[in-house]
Amino acid sequence: MTVTFHLTGFLRAYAGGAGDVRLEVPGGTVGDALRVLAERHPGVSARVLDEQGVVRRHVNVFVGSQSIRDLNGLATALRDGAEISLLAAVSGG
Amino acid sequence: MPTTQNVQVRRGDVLVLVGTMKGLFVFRSGPDRARFERGGPYFPGHAVYAAAYDRRGDRQRIWAAATSMHWGALLNHTDDFGATWTTPEVPTVRFPEGTKALQNIWQIAPGRAEEPDVLYCGVEPAALFESRDNGKSFALVEGLWQHPHREKWQPGGGGLCLHTVVVDPARKGGITVAISTGGVYRTDDGGRTWTARNKGVRAQFLPDPYPEFGQCVHKIARHPSRPDRLYLQNHWGLYRSDDGGDSWQDIAHGVPSDFGFCMAVHPHDSETAYIVPLESDGFRCTPEGKLRVYRTRDGGGSWQPLSEGLPQRDAFETVVRDAMGTDQEQRAGIYFGTRSGKLFASRDDGESWTALAQGLPPIVSVRAARA
Repeated sequence: MTVTFHLTGFLRAYAGGAGDVRLEVPGGTVGDALRVLAERHPGVSARVLDEQGVVRRHVNVFVGSQSIRDLNGLATALRDGAEISLLAAVSGG
Repeated sequence: MPTTQNVQVRRGDVLVLVGTMKGLFVFRSGPDRARFERGGPYFPGHAVYAAAYDRRGDRQRIWAAATSMHWGALLNHTDDFGATWTTPEVPTVRFPEGTKALQNIWQIAPGRAEEPDVLYCGVEPAALFESRDNGKSFALVEGLWQHPHREKWQPGGGGLCLHTVVVDPARKGGITVAISTGGVYRTDDGGRTWTARNKGVRAQFLPDPYPEFGQCVHKIARHPSRPDRLYLQNHWGLYRSDDGGDSWQDIAHGVPSDFGFCMAVHPHDSETAYIVPLESDGFRCTPEGKLRVYRTRDGGGSWQPLSEGLPQRDAFETVVRDAMGTDQEQRAGIYFGTRSGKLFASRDDGESWTALAQGLPPIVSVRAARA
């Protein structure tokens, strides 16, 4: 299936400046899509997931308009043409 | 993002690396230390808990750990004093699969002069990483990670962190670390085996005040040319060791409080050390609203306040564990920063002080060196 990632500004430097990254994904979950993204742009993936493969606490992953924390996490199923947004949470100090 | 300015550094200049909660600043002066210029901020928005200057070989390298609340922690370096930085695409300091996730890098410690490609990082969660290829890759020091005490270490206020790494310049394989809260551990065989070295150090917050481990050690400073001489600022308590940490003697004589975080030793006099006492763990501010550095010149037998040039009214300041450092000049430069963003310097062994900056972000690390 085809999946498009939308990257927040900070992450674009690790994807050659691209704001959108379109990928062919063999599996059907968000985790599968992030694995393919990691092969193409490891710098993006390393900032979204920690070294144990867990989404960082202050990073939000949306499928369409829904956070995967409200769905099934990295096991959230995707449909062909899915759009995934990788965003910084509204947190800081 | 803020405009970053760079400083032009010549060999022999004095550098002060100032890590803050919002980025790294680099101050430089000529050898006379009469006037400092500011470079930075580098990594704006990132917390820089650790920085180090690496002058081994013919290097002129600054290491800086930058941690983003969102995107994680990375070890970076520059060989041109900040004009360009090398930032790894993926973190070089990373836990093995199936263990933990890196939260922060608390300490960067170059190895011995004879091992110019060795570099250590102390991190949160409490662990030590070692590089043998000049920072290109790191490996978890398994001997400490597998230590049977590790499961019983508890997080302090800053998290469960290994915040101090002091390499023995004289003995290959000798490394002492401090963990909050775990205490002091030392290896004599390059990291394969580690032994708790907390004999005589108090743990006021435990039923047994002198346990084998579990102390909340805030900082250790080692004298470079007398490596068995260590000073320790504890979570309540000041100590000195003359046997590389095998035993510790209470040296809290004549201080307004033996609570504090930072500890620095004079680069040329092992009898001289510096602290900034804080009132208590309940009120982590300088006592009486006076910002005073305390100095001992007799190995902790007595301490004298140093206040010339430091604010003595309404100065409820906090100086955290890595926010004090010295340069290596004969008449030593002592530098420290506060949580309120003030950076102070002395170029006369602490006799008098001047403010180098008044409005930086909260300062969490200060390191000084000759370029």
